[in-house]
Order: sequence, then C-alpha cells, then structure tokens
Amino acid sequence: MIEYDPVLYSRLLTGLTLAYHVIFATIGVGIPLMIALAEWIGIKRDDEHYRLLARRWARGFVITVAIGVVTGTAIGLQLSLLWPNFMQVAGHVISLPMFMETFAFFFEAIFLGIYLYTWDRFKNKMSHFLLLIPVVIGASLSGFFITTVNAFMNAPAGFEMENGVITNINPLAAMFNPATPTKVAHVLSSAYLTSAFVLAAIAAYSLLKGKDHVYHKKALHLTMTVAAVFAVATAIIGDFSGKYLAEYQPEKLAAAEWHFETSAQAPLVLGGILDDEGNVRYALEIPYALSILAHGDPNAEVIGLEEFNQDELPPLIVHYFFDAMVGIGMFLAFVSIAYVVLQRFRKRNEHNRLLLWGILLGGPLSILAIQMGWFFAELGRQPWILNGYMTTAEGATTSPHVDLMLYLFILLYIILTVSCITVLRRMFKSNPVEHELKTRGIE
Amino acid sequence: MDYELIGITVLWTFLYGYLIVASIDFGAGFFSYFSSVTGREHLVNKVINRYLSPVWEVTNVFLVFFFIGIVGFFPSTAYYYGTALLIPGSIAIVLLALRGSYYAFHHYGEKGSGFYQFLYGATGLLIPASLSVVLTISEGGFLVVTGDHLYLDYGALFTNFYSWTVVILAIVSVLYISACFLTFYAYKARDMDAYKVLRGYALFWSVPTIMASILVFLALNQHNPVHFEKMLDLAWMFTLSFIFFVAAVYLIWKEKRFGLSFIFVMLQFATAFYGYGASHLPYLLYPHLTIYDGFTNETMAITLIIVFIAGLFLLIPSLYLLMRLFLFDNQYVQGKK
Repeated sequence: MIEYDPVLYSRLLTGLTLAYHVIFATIGVGIPLMIALAEWIGIKRDDEHYRLLARRWARGFVITVAIGVVTGTAIGLQLSLLWPNFMQVAGHVISLPMFMETFAFFFEAIFLGIYLYTWDRFKNKMSHFLLLIPVVIGASLSGFFITTVNAFMNAPAGFEMENGVITNINPLAAMFNPATPTKVAHVLSSAYLTSAFVLAAIAAYSLLKGKDHVYHKKALHLTMTVAAVFAVATAIIGDFSGKYLAEYQPEKLAAAEWHFETSAQAPLVLGGILDDEGNVRYALEIPYALSILAHGDPNAEVIGLEEFNQDELPPLIVHYFFDAMVGIGMFLAFVSIAYVVLQRFRKRNEHNRLLLWGILLGGPLSILAIQMGWFFAELGRQPWILNGYMTTAEGATTSPHVDLMLYLFILLYIILTVSCITVLRRMFKSNPVEHELKTRGIE
Repeated sequence: MDYELIGITVLWTFLYGYLIVASIDFGAGFFSYFSSVTGREHLVNKVINRYLSPVWEVTNVFLVFFFIGIVGFFPSTAYYYGTALLIPGSIAIVLLALRGSYYAFHHYGEKGSGFYQFLYGATGLLIPASLSVVLTISEGGFLVVTGDHLYLDYGALFTNFYSWTVVILAIVSVLYISACFLTFYAYKARDMDAYKVLRGYALFWSVPTIMASILVFLALNQHNPVHFEKMLDLAWMFTLSFIFFVAAVYLIWKEKRFGLSFIFVMLQFATAFYGYGASHLPYLLYPHLTIYDGFTNETMAITLIIVFIAGLFLLIPSLYLLMRLFLFDNQYVQGKK
C-alpha cells in the first residue's frame, strides 16, 4: 500500500473523475452538432432517414448526457473538496468563467429537455429543429468557458500576486490568457472529430455485420464528412498549439519531445523508450521537425529541459501520451480523408471492409486520443497547479480519508459504466433501425 | 447595499430555488417508489413522470449554480467548507450521481428495473439529509480549527440534537413540498385517482413538517443562542410563514385552488428560509467566517453581478418556455401531447 498522502490521493481522485468525465463531456459537446446536422439535412432534403438518425442519436445521447451531468457536478464540487487551498486563492479569478459555464449549461439543459419531449409536438418540423440551436450553442460554450479555466491554470494572466493573495484582477485578461485560443480551438475541434468518429463507428459496425440498409450508409457519409473536416482542423490547430507551447511553456514541449539540450535544427523524437541513464532508445528521429513544429523554421532554436530547475520539470512520461495522441490523430485523419476521397472519385468503394474496420477502430481510438491529450496537458504542467505561482502540493486538501473517497468513486464509476453500457445495448437491441423504419412507416 | 449582501442574496435565492425544485423531485422519487411497493404504482407514476422527465436536468443546475457561485463570491468558503466537508460532500456527490443517471436509465432506456426505482426513491431521502449537514455546521460548534488545520468533529455532529432536527426537517419538508405540488399537478391533469392518493400524502406530511420546524427552533436556541436571539427579532417572518402554511393546508383540505395553495407553500418556505438566512448574517460559518472576510475582489464582484443579470435575461425566458410547454399546457399535462 502507498503511504497516506492527501496530495497524492487528491491528484489520483481528480485525475480519475476528470478522465471519466471527459469522455462524456467530449461527446456532450460534439454530438448535439451531429444531431443538428442530421435533422437539418433531413428537413432540407425531406429525407426521413436523416431525421430518424437524429432521433436515434438523441435517444442514446440522453443516457450519456446523464452521466456527463452527474460527473460534471462531481468535479465541480470536488474542486472545492480536494483543492480548497487552490480555490481560496484562484477562486478570485476563475469564478467568472465557471459561473458562465454554469449559465451555458443551464441554457443547454432547458432546451435539451424541451427538444427531447417535443419530437411530434410541433406542426412545423423546423420549430423542433430550432430548439437544438441553443443546445449546440450551450454545449460548445460550456466547453469554451471551462477550457478557459484550464488555460488560465496553464498560463496565469490578468492579476498580480502579493504575498500569496491575488490582487489587481482583470477578469477578461484572465479568461483570454495566451493559452486560451489554441486550447479552446483544439478542445472544440477534437470534440467534434471524436463525436463524429464515435457515431461513424456505430454505422461501420452495422455495415460490417452485413446490414446494408441505406440508412447506415447515410449515417456513415454524414459522420465521415464531418470527421474529415475536423481532422484537418484539429491537425492545423495542433500545430498552433505546438508553437504556443514553444513560446509560453517550453518545458512542456521539451518534456513531450525528450528534448534535453537547447539546440537549433531540433529533431522530433517519435516513439522510443527512455532507459535508466536517461538515454532515448529505439526512437525514430525526424530531423528539423521539432524546430518546424515549434517555430515554423527548420533552423530555429528550441529550448531544452536543461534550462529549467530540476524540481520544476514535468514527468518525462508525457512523451508517450503526446505520441499516442498525435499518432491517433493522424490515423483518424487518414481514415476519414480516405473515405471522402473514395466516396467522391471511386463510388461505392468507400464501403470496402478494410476501411470500415478502420472507421470502427477509430471510434474507441478517438476517445483514447482525448484521454492521452488531456493526460499530456495536465501532467505536462506538473508540479504546478497554477503555473509558476502555486504548486499542486500547496493547493491540495489536508483532510484525512481522501484515499477512502478514491475507492468510493472508483466503485461509483464502475457502476455507472456497466449500467450505461447495459442500458444503451438494450435500448438499441430491442428496437433495431430496420424495425423502427417500419413502425414509423418510413419504408 | 454592498456587494457582499447582493452576493449572498443572489446565492440564497438560488439555494431557495433548489430547495423547491429539488424537493419536488426528491419527494416524487420517494412517492413513486412507495406507491409501487404499496401497489398503487399505476395510479400516480404517470403523473409524476410527465412532470419530471423534462426537468430533471434543470433541477441539478440550481445546485451547481449555488456551489460555483459561493466560491465565486466568497472564495474562503472553499477553504473552510471544502476541507471540512470532504466526506459528507463526496457522499452527496455519489448519491446525486446515482440518482441523476438512474433516472435517465430508468426512463429513457428500456423499461428499467425495480432496483433502479428503489435507488431513485432511497437517494431522494438520503440526499436532503446529506446536504443539510452544510446548514448544520454553519451554526458552529462542529468544526475544530487549530492553526493551519481544521477538521469536522463527526462525534459531535452525530450526537448533537440540533443536527438531527435539521435532518428530520429536511426530509419531511421534502415530502410535504413534493406532495403539495404533485396534488396540484394531478388535479390539473384531471387524473383523479392520482390526485386522491397525492392529496392524502400532502395532508399527511403537513403535520410532521410544522412540528419539525418548531423542533428546529427549540434546538437552535440550545445550540446557538446568539442566532436564536436574532431570529426572534425577525419573528414576523416566521409568523408569516406559519400563516402561509395554514392557508396552504386549508386550501388542500377544502379541495380548491391548488395552484394558489402551492404558491402559499412556496411562500411558507420562502419566508422561513429568508428569515433564517437573514438572521444568520453576517456569518457564513459561525463564528469563523462572515460575508465580509475573504470576499472576492471588487472587480470580480461587479463582473459576477453583471454576468448574473445578463444570464437571467437568458434564463427567465427559457424557463418560462419550459413551463409553458410542460407545466401550464393543459393538453400536455393531461397526456394528450
């Protein structure tokens, strides 16, 4: 057993809750957009298949929203329960975006409730569709506001610190800190990408199982087109994020790339392992690539880990997370672009089994990439909770029993996961598409 | 009025909002389970679900609003309450999580099991009990503060008479508020079978509610005489509360004007709740923390208030629309939509 240390257990519990929440939060941001697209296309083309798609996605979505809501409530409270010292200091600045996030969520919750219960209530189909707009806006705004809080913790701005007390606050400067643009853009774009892939994986699964109804093909077409757009966007934004890191958090980028010594024409290290002596082995080095990633210039100088205090370095394990995230991102881009190209130029070929398998795999992989990305971002700013101002240890609670709470929440998340999967499976198994197409008289 | 007072008034209002909407929800869960155990499920569940389904998520937001807002206006509460409430807070989170998700599993998924319904009913009573701990410790006497450390004295908490009266009041008033609302809703739905059962619940729970209220008064006198004195200064508010209570129960008894009677119920709790809150001032946590200690900086206070007002412009029309569609639309309430 590990010795009881409230800081360690607070970190583990926060990490667990966030890792669990982020799965549901990510699809919570992205899926409303997909539902809206499907319903809109359905109305515009007068195609009931798309409307059914929206309806069935929405039905499954509610189950995941429920878990997103309750785990979101959990992390909201846990911030004060596990990090009271941090909240007492930073609460002076981050309360504004958190407050706004609650408003956005409130807005979304109201309209989602209405949307779900008014499918056949309005004469004009468009009225029902319009209810989704506040849901999409609310979901994305929630993502926006809460990401600014995280960005603030990475790049604190808009205040002065005097003897441990925050003064001279500029709330807008704090919200729109240097990390905000790239972080928010990356979070939103990857959320849309992930949601599209998760939904595409469902369609691909049906097609692989030999259900060749046009409904599944339409689902695949819509989701893959969206995925291709956001895969490209995510990659471009990822590049901007690299340049941001090089300028504002060079230690994070250096740790991700195992870049120890400051040098020009820095190579990018792919894969590999780090042995006990600190030598990188089995890695693939791409010359100049890190300099290009960091500054857009192959001859640029990239700051190495040697420039920082030993006790302020992020753990070097983040390299694996970074590589996994980027690797999966590339894979998703490849698969979705391949689909679009085949669909455009070699009609029908887009349903070959290899590609379908790739799409199916892309669903869980995209979620994994989200996890890897967040692990990289969060572990990469250790030992700071408020970068450069407050260490994680200073922010944590001093309460006893944080370990017990960790076990309690592990149990909770296991129960929620099992129930969620059971309910979703039962929901769609007992009412397959083919059946619902008939009962609604769409066939 | 200074910013501290505006801040606490805003937050108190949200807590009051949560008290009402969550009570309806928690009580409904209990009644729904209780009636299925006693074989009356078919009578009341339809009415309960018609109301709850579209609003369960909104209920939760009131609570989030409160605890995010209080850290915003009064960051020091995070230090005191956050450190002390790790265990009760975590238990409340787990209960809320189970409740929220199982509601969705039960109602949107394929017909859920009796176990889900039991969870839903049981958490409906346990959550108010666990949340009421916050109000209890705000009266002081349970928190041990020594230098850099502070912790909650569970021995004192569990053996204290006052803390138990608060728990009892929380539970019975949940059942009372919920039954009064559902009576109104069932009557509006012209669902006379459900209405009869629910009216019985409302009348039944009115007696323990008023008795528990009186008990809390007496216990507070023992536990925190300073606060009790200040409550006596606001005696008119509590008298008013009692009059609203009598009026509400009278209308339900006489079987007329159920809408008005529920408004009386809301006023009954509003007067008592604001009276309690006002007399507790300036303390957030007696005697360690007042609304003037560790208040957020002025810039943030102004910004929060502006955002709050802007947010209301968005929320009020939306909530109005929600109520128009699901609460005041007779066609929907009666199950024709």
